[in-house]
Amino acid sequence: MSAVLADMPETVAPATTKAIAPSKGGRPWTFYVLATLFALYVLALYGPMFCIYILSFQDIRGGLVFPMKGQSLHWFVDLFTQVRTGDVKGSFDRSIKLAVIVTIITVVVSFLAGLGFRKRFRGDTVVFYTMIGSLVAPGLVLGLGTGLLFQALGLNASWYTSALGAQLSWTLPFGVLVMFAVMSRFNHVWEEAAYDLGASRWQSIRLVMIPVLAPGLVAVALFGFTLSHDEFARSLQTAGSLNTLPLEIWSMTLNVTSPSLYALGTVTTIVSFIVIGASLGSIVLIQKKRGSNAKG
Amino acid sequence: MTRRCKRSDFEAFADMQPGPSSAPSLAQTTSRANLAGWLYVSPLVLVLVPFFVAPILVVLAASFFATDGFGGLTPGFTLASYVEVLHSALTLKLYLATIKFTLLTWVFTLIIGFFVAYFLVFHVRNQLLAIGLFLLCTVPFWTSNIIRMISWIPLLGKEGLINQALLATGVIRQPLEVLLFSDLAVVIAYVHQLTIFMIVPIFNSMARIDKKLIEAAIDAGASRFDIMRLIVVPMSKSGIALGTIFVVSIVMGDFFVVKVMSGGGSASVVSAFYEDVGVLQYPTAAASAVLLTLVLVAIVSLILRTVDIRQEITR
Repeated sequence: MSAVLADMPETVAPATTKAIAPSKGGRPWTFYVLATLFALYVLALYGPMFCIYILSFQDIRGGLVFPMKGQSLHWFVDLFTQVRTGDVKGSFDRSIKLAVIVTIITVVVSFLAGLGFRKRFRGDTVVFYTMIGSLVAPGLVLGLGTGLLFQALGLNASWYTSALGAQLSWTLPFGVLVMFAVMSRFNHVWEEAAYDLGASRWQSIRLVMIPVLAPGLVAVALFGFTLSHDEFARSLQTAGSLNTLPLEIWSMTLNVTSPSLYALGTVTTIVSFIVIGASLGSIVLIQKKRGSNAKG
Repeated sequence: MTRRCKRSDFEAFADMQPGPSSAPSLAQTTSRANLAGWLYVSPLVLVLVPFFVAPILVVLAASFFATDGFGGLTPGFTLASYVEVLHSALTLKLYLATIKFTLLTWVFTLIIGFFVAYFLVFHVRNQLLAIGLFLLCTVPFWTSNIIRMISWIPLLGKEGLINQALLATGVIRQPLEVLLFSDLAVVIAYVHQLTIFMIVPIFNSMARIDKKLIEAAIDAGASRFDIMRLIVVPMSKSGIALGTIFVVSIVMGDFFVVKVMSGGGSASVVSAFYEDVGVLQYPTAAASAVLLTLVLVAIVSLILRTVDIRQEITR
């Protein structure tokens, strides 16, 4: 998805003629069947989410199901002020901070690994499959292992040490895989040209590769942030005494039965949408700037 | 960690020739390339070793330890935990339940994912619209999974929308209880969350199929079914394999969806692991985790035999 994201206008131009379905003119019956399936899929994808957003705006009489009882912001206020629902504000802050740190590390490390994997080197397969292992391993098991490891070493588990590492073991494989897709579309001629013009390796990376790959790096950042912000299984045994937001939501699902839970869902979704919007917006902006530069 | 990778990339640049065009002896280039490669991936390795390799080894070691039953571990070597896990009738039940959830989820995500991707690639004629619809499918992936799961409560609950609608239309007289907190709800939640992991890789491989190939097949008299069977499915195989790895490993490693959506009625291997950890039965939990990891590794390597994902992604 990142590849598509990162290269939107590039893929658009040549593909328009190609993508036209073989049948011109009238649509075959399969079109209508599949269009219906697609519509149902999107409805099932978004429908439930919109239900809880709507239900989170009920007033104090509100329950967990329809019909809607009144309209107010009561449950949002309740969420951030009531002690009974736990430390939502604190965990919210921690999750955002953690996600920012994870994002920065993920972008830098994935970019470097992407550069490294461009050429074969002795042992690259071992590193690659270790990374795939890190991606598919059950998160809870890894989290427990990390927790026990910290315990054995006499270190305190906390969200900015053990949970940070545990989350990176999940975001980095994603980041590197996205970098693979992004790098595969990088034309090596540009890099060679930079060397021919006397650029050092660092200059060619800073002045040629990073600007060219910028949309892809934004996609990696988007993955890093959202995967970290939502990470649960690996953080459970590694976050120490202070919860991150998904852990807070987990404990809420077990003991809170009020629309507060839905209000929290609405708030986290707003955060997600701001991040998605900012990422997609900056990708489009970069591409647009590039387009106008090319013309001018 | 940021500091560490800054240092290593500095070294990577400092240690290298200015350009790849300058070519000393072959042996020298290879060793230089090896060094450069390792320097570039060293930050990645510095994360994976302490936070993936070491924890796995710790779990492996813990599975051989003895326990006092209160969370204390006695270093040693005993297979008691494995014997306990393998002898328990519960283990078989847990694996059967996990396999049932995995298979059901895999079948549904594959069917929906395949046809959604097929629709986007072959039926949407406007490329910009196709990308827009594709993004529409991916946006929820970037929002909280937990929230998306609990969002089924107002729909599936005893007083939820589906029951209300069915009661209102007179299809049923009593509200259906099996909708929420049941195996059905677990599978619905999985399919809801994981279909995207099928759509994306299948979409990617289908988008690479040359449309001329299909036109040629039509000209040669192939039926719609033949095109599907002989061209589209074989050429989407790598996407299907990648999607399968994601779906299978996530479902088999999950405990959260099973716990919440089944209302505690069902269990999976990892949810039992979670309960074991909760009562400090570390060696038994670790033994069960090691077995699960072995099963998972076997499945993933079987799938990887059919597709070289590294080549697949870089192509």
